[in-house]
Amino acid sequence: MSVVVGIDLGSTTTKAIILGENQEVLGRGITNSRSNYDLAAAVSRTEALINARFGQVRKKAEENSSVAAVDKLRRAFILEQMLHQLRRLEQLMLEEVAKSAPPGLKAPFAVALQEICRRIAELEEQRFKQPPILRSDFFRDAAGSAFMKFAEEIGDPAGVSFDRLVGIYDKCIIRVENEPLDLDFRDHIGSALARIGSPPALAEAVHYAVAMDLTPAWTVGTGYGRARLPFPKEQIRSEILCHGLGAHAMFPDTRTVLDIGGQDTKAIQIDDQGIVTSFQMNDRCAAGCGRYLGYIADEMNLGLHELGPLAEQSRRSVKINSTCTVFAGAELRERLGLGEKREDILAGLHRAIILRAMSLLARSGGVDDQFTFTGGVAKNPAAVRALRELVGENYGERTLNISPDSIYTGALGAAIFASRMMN
Amino acid sequence: MVRETFGSDEQQEGPTRAAVVDWARDVYDDLDFTAVRRWLEANPGRKAGGYLPVYVPREVLHATGFLPVGIHGAGDRLEIIRGDAFYQSYICHLPRSIIELAQSGRLDMLSAVLFPSTCDVIRNLSGMWKLLYPDIYVRYIDVPQTPDPAAGADFWEGELRRLLHDLALVSGHQATDQDLRETIRVYNEMRDMIRTLYRVRQERPWDVPTEELYVLLRAGEVVPPEEFIAQARRYLGAVEAEPRRPRDNSRVIVVGAFCEQPPLGLIKSIERAGCYIVDDDFILGNRFLANDVSLTGDPVRALAEAFVHNDMRTSVLYEGDPRGKKQLMAQRVAAANADGIIFATPSFCDPALLDQPMLRTGAEQAGIPCIAFKYAENTGQFQQFREQAGTFADSIKLWGVV
Amino acid sequence: MAEALKDRSMVLQKEMLANYFARLEQAPEKGEPVVYTFVPGNLVELIRSFDALPVLPEINALQSGMRKLSGDYIMEAERSGHSEDVCTYVKCDIGMMRNGNLGPSGKKLPKPDLLLLSYTGCYTFMKWFELLREEYDCPTVMFHVPYQGDGVLEPEHREYMIRQLREQVIPALEKATGRAYDEEKLKERLRLSAQAEDDLVAVLQAGKQRPSPIDGYFGAVYYVGPIFSAFRGTQEGVDYYRALREEVEERAAEGLGPVTPDGPLNDQRYRLVVEGPPNWTSFRDFWKMFSDEGAVVVASTYTKVGGTYDFGFRHDPNDPLGTMADYCSGCYTNLNLPARIEMLARYVKEYEADGFLINSVKSCNSFSAGQLMILREVEKRTGIPGAFIESDLVDPRYFSAANIKNRLESYFQMIDARRRGKSA
Repeated sequence: MSVVVGIDLGSTTTKAIILGENQEVLGRGITNSRSNYDLAAAVSRTEALINARFGQVRKKAEENSSVAAVDKLRRAFILEQMLHQLRRLEQLMLEEVAKSAPPGLKAPFAVALQEICRRIAELEEQRFKQPPILRSDFFRDAAGSAFMKFAEEIGDPAGVSFDRLVGIYDKCIIRVENEPLDLDFRDHIGSALARIGSPPALAEAVHYAVAMDLTPAWTVGTGYGRARLPFPKEQIRSEILCHGLGAHAMFPDTRTVLDIGGQDTKAIQIDDQGIVTSFQMNDRCAAGCGRYLGYIADEMNLGLHELGPLAEQSRRSVKINSTCTVFAGAELRERLGLGEKREDILAGLHRAIILRAMSLLARSGGVDDQFTFTGGVAKNPAAVRALRELVGENYGERTLNISPDSIYTGALGAAIFASRMMN
Repeated sequence: MVRETFGSDEQQEGPTRAAVVDWARDVYDDLDFTAVRRWLEANPGRKAGGYLPVYVPREVLHATGFLPVGIHGAGDRLEIIRGDAFYQSYICHLPRSIIELAQSGRLDMLSAVLFPSTCDVIRNLSGMWKLLYPDIYVRYIDVPQTPDPAAGADFWEGELRRLLHDLALVSGHQATDQDLRETIRVYNEMRDMIRTLYRVRQERPWDVPTEELYVLLRAGEVVPPEEFIAQARRYLGAVEAEPRRPRDNSRVIVVGAFCEQPPLGLIKSIERAGCYIVDDDFILGNRFLANDVSLTGDPVRALAEAFVHNDMRTSVLYEGDPRGKKQLMAQRVAAANADGIIFATPSFCDPALLDQPMLRTGAEQAGIPCIAFKYAENTGQFQQFREQAGTFADSIKLWGVV
Repeated sequence: MAEALKDRSMVLQKEMLANYFARLEQAPEKGEPVVYTFVPGNLVELIRSFDALPVLPEINALQSGMRKLSGDYIMEAERSGHSEDVCTYVKCDIGMMRNGNLGPSGKKLPKPDLLLLSYTGCYTFMKWFELLREEYDCPTVMFHVPYQGDGVLEPEHREYMIRQLREQVIPALEKATGRAYDEEKLKERLRLSAQAEDDLVAVLQAGKQRPSPIDGYFGAVYYVGPIFSAFRGTQEGVDYYRALREEVEERAAEGLGPVTPDGPLNDQRYRLVVEGPPNWTSFRDFWKMFSDEGAVVVASTYTKVGGTYDFGFRHDPNDPLGTMADYCSGCYTNLNLPARIEMLARYVKEYEADGFLINSVKSCNSFSAGQLMILREVEKRTGIPGAFIESDLVDPRYFSAANIKNRLESYFQMIDARRRGKSA
């Protein structure tokens, strides 16, 4: 099979899409971005390939009705990946301790680290058996929070303190993140299968998936950052064009695309071929972007994903005049101090964010039917509601498209460019 | 609409004072310019002409039959959606809300809009207006900056005549000399009334709180001058009739807010933090001519001369005297018998912010205590201003003027 | 980065400037009076007719920017009380003054004997010289150039300007220099100006050719340097523009493109019109972002800030005061918004541009206020899309290479896609 890959290196996450011969999406992969762009791209591609192979496994499994087992297999696979990285992290930390810890502490330090890692592994196994609903699959996130928790439990202020433990962790996690590791489908599917008892029907599907040749014929990359993207020039497309084309692929009738990312907001107008006709960006100031919501979440001691649902409970919106991240905390505290309810303030904040997006949209040429909303903030129900209201008030009836896969829009566009270049 | 009471330990407001302030507050809050619309409806054929800050000679509008309507932005009372599409983030807020007002149809009752030479933002807005509303009469007005009074007066007379001519074409009413003199008389009276209000406040700020004076002046920007004069007279009468108790507040002048206006909450915060505002440059345009315009001789010439000889000193006019900027604050503080200066400027305001270092240096050299902060017309948080003003007022009381 | 490539005229100009700064340094000793003024509305011929030397603080500021000195100067000014929100040229100038007033070439700049406040096209100028007046305690003369609000120079405004020249500016120059006004000298200089203007226009209009032998923005800021400053109305200036014109015509005859610091740009894939001043602190990098993509700027509005000559205006020695009034009034930043839109749309058409770009500069409200509307209007009138990027004049904190590059690349790819009617 001839496949192509599109990779979108974002500021927070790196995404990859694999397209088959008929431009159908075979797999999607996502990982947290890191300073080594090459590696981030490689990991996201690997994840997409894994996803593609799992797609194949599922297809085969449908034939002999073992679909339920596929999910379990997938989780087992993720667990194997985690454990693999955990072992590497442990190894690096122990080496570091042997090298740089004060002589008197070397032994207890090593013991403490091993204990923490043991507990993390145990936790992961536990999670495998009883999966929590919301959780990040990125190793860095899972390992990080678990490490902190156990380091607190184990840390001895007089000896191997919490600070020392975290110090070693910080040093080594970056190295784990930025060195190539064997995390491919073929590396771990065997042990994953074994972990769930190797059901024969599933084993057959796996065998088929492993054998598939998914060597990408062409890759196009996008995204932006200070360093050059790890692709040759002719294989790079601007993220704005990729975003436009990706949105077009998801919603062929869309003409206006709004993307509110972590640090920038883009308003894009496209034609009926998915080609960008105008765009406006707000990338100098992060006000009104995802990061702003991150600050608010921190201030309120909430998870990012909890902000929207809480805001939805508001019955009386509070008018917030500025979305400056510098003042976010102060404004919030003042409001709370004045007795305003959290949900009301949040509703006001969401509206303020969307107001900024509205002016960007107006600058780029307005909101044309159909209107697609992408980016992390598109998952936020309060933001979506504010957007619907404001678009309706100012532009009239518009079909609003939101896809759960919207985070892959850029990568999808890049993959389509790759596909067109092949032909 | 919630109207906050002044203070529990204050005497009951007489019916006239409250009535005037309520009336003024309603007019100030009304973004639909109902007062203007009603005036227009009362007599078909009437026209209303808008003007932006800082100074436009309203007489030319009035004499040609227009109701002059001050457009001072929408403060914190309007969500900006379309306005932001016209301006980058580093431009002040005022033009955004003005465009928002216009694009939302709230200024559709105006047949003319005049843009004075305040700064480059307002200057360029005049061009934008021409493109957005090609059927409206738009004129950018360069006031004379030359320090030579003869050349300045000749130039300004030319501009005034040009405006009178153009506006007459729109309204259908040519201003006769008699019309002009009558207009001048009315505006002389209005300016005199404003000067009186400022003087009384300066003498007894407890009797004329700025939060009341301010809304009265803002109302005066959108109603016929005769109506303003009547209301102001009523207010002054109430002030005399029902005096209030003085408080131990520090006397301050507020400088820098001559164009984009602070939200009312900011003015209140300053007063409630322990300051009496005894002079300010809020909506300076309504008292730009410091002296009466002469009623003898050619009225247009008189108006022109009044401008060049008016000794109004502000950031939007060239200061011909090399010591002028340095001395200005000391002069104003002395004239107002004030204890200190609050420099309150809108963010991104070139005229106010570029002038401030010179003004402030002069003030500090004269030993006058100063503080400075920036606001936007839609600033929603006043805590920090309250704290700054409060600390300032306290420090003046504790350590006094050097 | 490799040594920047320069063509003959650039080298010549560098020499002219270096010599001029050296002369300025000697001016107090030699008793040569010095007059500070502004680029828009600069009355160089008049100043020179008094044998006085003009100094242009804007040019000092942009030179400081190009030499990476401006960042510190600006912070110095902010420390002494100037707001972050205001024009960085002014702050750079104040900072430079506080650091011994060493000009861009490292030589000390002379104090002004007169501040000629040519109040043309920019409100900030008024404050700039009010501030300098405080620092230098020297005579100042205000020359008010009314804005072309209705798109024309009104006769009364022209009269007003002529009167100010006669009654204010000339007497101030006489007093500051101790010399009498010599109208013949002025006329002679105006004649020289007109000559140089002919050549300059020929050079700027060479941008209409395919390929363009000039870059009408980055390259052209060098071209307009002499004529917007001390060299208009001088024989040196005439010689320079003659040489420049020949150089450009030579290139045109061989079908060559302009010389950029990183190499000649012969393979021109995009022809652009640009509105707005350039960024000075990352000037070379900024230019490279264009030339790397094969983008050549064929015309720009910034190159008209010191005078608009390509629509027929020439200094006319037969009406010395009137012609100076005409000149001042026609400087780009004194034109109203509709006229600016007209100019841009006209350039797009006459120079056969594939696109146009607005560099919106934080410091300069005169240029920037209304540019979003200009963008939409020009798009409407020409049917081609516009690019919008944001930076600053001389504050390095406001130039983000990654952001700008991203927007530029997206824009170029957009043009490509439109050209081919399908994906790039």
